[in-house]
Amino acid sequence: MSSRLFPPPACSSPAEAAAWTRRRAWAGNLRALVGRAYPRVRGLNREPSWILFEILLPFLTTSAFVFVYRALQAPPEFVGFAVLGGAMTAFWLNVVWMMAAQLYWEKDQGNLELYFSAPMDMMSVLLGMAVGGLVMSSFRAAAVLVVATLVYGVAYSVEQWLLLVAVFVLTLAALYGLGMVLASLFLMWGREAWHLTQLLTEPVYFVSGLNFPVGRLGLIGALAVATIPLAVGLDAMRQLTFSGTDIAFDTPPPEIEALILVGMTVVFTLLARWSLRALETRARREGRLTVRWR
Amino acid sequence: MTSGTSRVPAQPADLPAAIEARGIRREYRTGSTVVTALDGVDLDVPPGEFFGLLGPNGAGKTTLIKILTTLLLPTAGAARVFGFDIEHQTRQIRRIMNMVAGGEQSGYGILEVREQLWMFSQFYGLAGREGWRRVDELVEAVGLAEQRHQRVSSLSTGQRQRMNVARGLLNDPWILFLDEPTLGLDVSSARGIRDLILDWQAAAGGRTVLLTTHYMAEADELCDRIAIVDRGRILAIGTPSELKRRVQGESVFRLELDRLDGGPATLAALPGVVSAVAAAAAAPGGPVRQTAVVNLVLHDDAALSGVVEALGGIGSRIVALQKSEPTLEDVFVELVGRGLEEEEAAPARPARTTTAIGSEPGSPPARPDTSHEAGDLEEDEPH
Repeated sequence: MSSRLFPPPACSSPAEAAAWTRRRAWAGNLRALVGRAYPRVRGLNREPSWILFEILLPFLTTSAFVFVYRALQAPPEFVGFAVLGGAMTAFWLNVVWMMAAQLYWEKDQGNLELYFSAPMDMMSVLLGMAVGGLVMSSFRAAAVLVVATLVYGVAYSVEQWLLLVAVFVLTLAALYGLGMVLASLFLMWGREAWHLTQLLTEPVYFVSGLNFPVGRLGLIGALAVATIPLAVGLDAMRQLTFSGTDIAFDTPPPEIEALILVGMTVVFTLLARWSLRALETRARREGRLTVRWR
Repeated sequence: MTSGTSRVPAQPADLPAAIEARGIRREYRTGSTVVTALDGVDLDVPPGEFFGLLGPNGAGKTTLIKILTTLLLPTAGAARVFGFDIEHQTRQIRRIMNMVAGGEQSGYGILEVREQLWMFSQFYGLAGREGWRRVDELVEAVGLAEQRHQRVSSLSTGQRQRMNVARGLLNDPWILFLDEPTLGLDVSSARGIRDLILDWQAAAGGRTVLLTTHYMAEADELCDRIAIVDRGRILAIGTPSELKRRVQGESVFRLELDRLDGGPATLAALPGVVSAVAAAAAAPGGPVRQTAVVNLVLHDDAALSGVVEALGGIGSRIVALQKSEPTLEDVFVELVGRGLEEEEAAPARPARTTTAIGSEPGSPPARPDTSHEAGDLEEDEPH
């Protein structure tokens, strides 16, 4: 039995087994990415309750802002701003709640030890979380966008489709880059970082201009555009989807905001890679990879 | 199966030591308090060996495993796994090792058994199709074929642990770290896991297992060699029979009494008694014991009459008396001065300072009750 179930090792020595080529290491990281994305994607059809929590409830939140704008007789574009903000909230929540905090829960479950003791790069695990979360969040975002657009009759005016798609992709890249940075911080500070995230949720919603043009916030809005991917990405998308509007955005043009997003993506990704390595070393020294949260 | 070398397959030539540790020390700081979990551990494990670390909770076994699996850095000292440095060559080590812990709750309850194992196969770098094939083989091997499409969250404790063992074998590691793998399992499940590991190891030369356990019988049955660990130090290393020979000059009895007021310490103080400790708890699922059972080590048989007389004096009635072969528990008591499941504060007799059997030259002697208890601090660290 044993010879069939447990064939001899493919390599003749541990040294040979440990000597991975660069190509094999890359392939391994890609597989780890797919592996980590897998449970999130499978979870979509295993727990249909997400339809209620991820689509219906956010739609109601967005609707509340729509009714407020209509009651105030705001220009119709504001309804569109709220709908776009409602759709993009899905990605922000995914980054903060399901990605940055994920290592916190993984550690509690005992998965983190297994991730770190596996031969792949932790970045691929984080990317896998991002990709898996992206699939789920995209459903939510698309559902909110389509349903709210149809129900409230939002009329978009897009002249630069290519730039709009690029800005959307860059926003996601920068957002998930930030998520990876936050994830490594969570690894180090765990509960404190978790509490801080909870504390910052509403202020970040506000300064990101989720439901109104962020330029209305003046200096605070400018700072948000310069530092928060959601703020700059959303503002650029609003400018591009309502290109003929008379409403003043008081922010840089979308081309410049796209460049800001490129910069954010690069900075956050490099920062995540660096911080993950630095924090892993520190965590190994201080025993934090093996500590379960209380 | 008894311990020994008969099951060990031929080892590939010229392999470096599976584990080579020198002066491993690990301290934990909690505020201003420094607690020593490992205190100068030296260890050599050749490739292909089934090596056991035997000691009570808090002895430092898990800390040593965490260090060797690259999850924790030692405060001082150095170690190599198959020649790779645990501090600087973590990637290489992670490519050739795996680990399984008792009570492990890893993975995602929403996945099916087969999916969960496949997910982990991707973390170990198996190609997609190869991963599924390997998963199917292992699901069969661990006896989870019927549960392969069952959600992980619905598995029993024993089934879950069998799945964890399958996970540990996915990448066919050269070295497998097992941290109390049968913890909390019933007799049958524990037996199944032990047999599985033995089958895997016996199928090819060079496969090495480092097992931590506080089950004496498990260590005795599985391990080619055992290190007895207490308070972060290795007190003795040897084969089970070598270790047991330490106490063969003495007489070992298993004494069952209707009651024993004052506990085994009452007997430990009698003349001619080397040690008296409560026998290990009954196996999970076994009958509930209504009597007091004591493992008694005497200098010689003649001391027994004094014990019997003393028992009569305190009103204890002997239900059964059996002269037995020394066990690893007797060895542990001999080295540490208390039973494996006894509290440190109530030693049966003072600990001996002992030179370890077969231990590495220069390895430290047993340390009496001077230091902090190095509990499984990784569970208690503040953060």
